[in-house]
Amino acid sequence: MNPGNFHVVVGIDLVQISQVATSLHQLGDAYVNRIFTPGEIAYCSANPIVAPSRYAARFAAKEATLKALHLEDQGVDLRTIEVKQMPGGWTEIVLHGPAKDLAEAAGWSSCSVSLSHEGDYATAVVAATAARK
Amino acid sequence: MSEETVKKIRGILAEHGRLAKDIATLDDDADLYQAGMTSHASVNLMLALEGAFDIEFPDAMLRRSVFESVSAIRTAVESLTTGH
Repeated sequence: MNPGNFHVVVGIDLVQISQVATSLHQLGDAYVNRIFTPGEIAYCSANPIVAPSRYAARFAAKEATLKALHLEDQGVDLRTIEVKQMPGGWTEIVLHGPAKDLAEAAGWSSCSVSLSHEGDYATAVVAATAARK
Repeated sequence: MSEETVKKIRGILAEHGRLAKDIATLDDDADLYQAGMTSHASVNLMLALEGAFDIEFPDAMLRRSVFESVSAIRTAVESLTTGH
């Protein structure tokens, strides 16, 4: 790989955990099923105490991915951006369908995500290399 | 239909938009993101609109610009309710 042909793209998002908790309470399954994949739902809902913070961090990761890819106005189903919990404890972004196609078209590779939460806020940073155009 | 739709949209925005300003002080073309609506709030807004108008936003309409103002939301809702 010639480093001159690639550049680093970054996206970040911050989500208020209490707002996610309110959405879970008010909108329930309609909220969860429209935003998250079955795998994400299984992981987040496994522990009801921390479910809002887990969902909030994953929502932030999806939005951070949209920002990194410049896809905020492209009409992307958030479920096509999946945050996968790896056995070692870290997380990875897995793209499906249209999100994957758009990322490939942008020359995306080596995508990384980092999640964190403290108090009432959860945040995510997504970084990837993309082909320079 | 339009006036009734706008009134309903404004009510939903007041409940789910998490705006930093009173929706009553914003005109129909005001930028809701500039008024404090977050991306998370816009998803809640979308779900509330779907429930209130018995519609479903297709993927192609899951765009920031679709929810950026009362006028833009009205246009989207009316395009999805036409023929009902």
